[in-house]
Amino acid sequence: MASAPPIDEGLRSELQKQGIWVTSMQELYNWGRRNSIWPLQFGLACCAIEMIATAASRYDLARFGGEVFRPSPRQADLMIVAGTVTKKMAPQIVRLYNQMPDPKYVISMGACAISGGPFKQGYNVLKGIDRYIPVDVYIPGCPPRPEALLHAFMELQRKIDGQKLTGTGKAAFLDKTVPSEFPVPAFGAHDLEPPANADVFHPPKIERH
Amino acid sequence: MEALDEIKVRIEAAIPGARLEIIPNPGPANQSSLLLDHAHASTVARFLRDDPALRLDYCSNVTGVDWLERTVKKKVKVKKVVEGEEKELEETREEIFSGYLEAVYHLYSMAHKHGPLVVRLRTRDRAEGAHLPSLTPVWRSAEFQEREIYDLYGIHFDGHPDLRRILMWDEFTDHPMRKDYREPDDYEYEPTPHDDVLEKAKQHYVPRPAQDGTANIAAQ
Ligand code: SF4
Repeated sequence: MASAPPIDEGLRSELQKQGIWVTSMQELYNWGRRNSIWPLQFGLACCAIEMIATAASRYDLARFGGEVFRPSPRQADLMIVAGTVTKKMAPQIVRLYNQMPDPKYVISMGACAISGGPFKQGYNVLKGIDRYIPVDVYIPGCPPRPEALLHAFMELQRKIDGQKLTGTGKAAFLDKTVPSEFPVPAFGAHDLEPPANADVFHPPKIERH
Repeated sequence: MEALDEIKVRIEAAIPGARLEIIPNPGPANQSSLLLDHAHASTVARFLRDDPALRLDYCSNVTGVDWLERTVKKKVKVKKVVEGEEKELEETREEIFSGYLEAVYHLYSMAHKHGPLVVRLRTRDRAEGAHLPSLTPVWRSAEFQEREIYDLYGIHFDGHPDLRRILMWDEFTDHPMRKDYREPDDYEYEPTPHDDVLEKAKQHYVPRPAQDGTANIAAQ
């Protein structure tokens, strides 16, 4: 485990040459997790087409262990928010996120999912899914190419690899005090109520006049 | 298809009391349209659908328009007596058109392969709860589109079988395509604002007393 003194890299590769493989629980655990990320199977708009292309044979997400798209949130590790999140759809997205078991990750794919994109000033589009749920990787683009989604996927694998299982600074999903479910916004008379979850949404403060 | 004024004459002959008006469109499309009165709208619509020469059996599109109150300036020539002499002078007159909401129907004939005939209905005013007769009983394809107009413009279609919001949620009370619609203020984070958005984003800016001086901030 992580509390054990880390093994010297040189010694480890020396041992490996002799047919002895030394590892830690954490490494083994994260290795398994990062190579079998099951995404939730849903798409919201044009970006979803690129997501489908990423999963199909030419780009082949299976090379990274992400090809098992699950039709149920109970079996999914990753939510790829691929496309425009309308305000009417946002509560359902949050509800699906809440139904996913920990550990769970979110990729916000495309300008729409990040900020509302080309529909930002519209009356019906949510200005970024990070208003209600935490996002791990953002991919800019309209739409992002499949390579960009693969890049995001690899970034996520890197993140999973770096997550500690014990000790201080252990992964948030192992910390009971960190919430893994978030309030579902309600349909209000003029907008969603609340328009953003203040615990999750921390836009950079812009100092300007 | 016959010319619009011929159609108008025929309708008026067939349906006594129907008040029709041709709305000219002087633009390049030159697609004039027929304004119907509320009381005879569905009778006229049935006539357009069933008349053997017209057979406008397909309503391809229904759309809403919001017309604000507008003043049109017109130049008119008037004769006036100036210093004992009669002269022709130009005067500008203002004509005020009060605002209204409008539903526009595009009709085609599948049987005769002609169209479109454009039909309009206008509400009395832009007030909340403006009414129009529904043409869904005549053309079933108008159902969803009239619902959309109800949702986005707030026109109530009398006689519609299922008038609910279709795009926005049921609890929503505004009509976003109306020109006086004000969207909720969610402009907390606008990295590259300009024009209207800049004005809205400014409401969320953090004051910088060190650089700008407290007096300047208070004055704003
Ligand atoms: S970011 Fe562009 S491509 Fe993606 S859903 Fe929005 S509009 Fe479509």
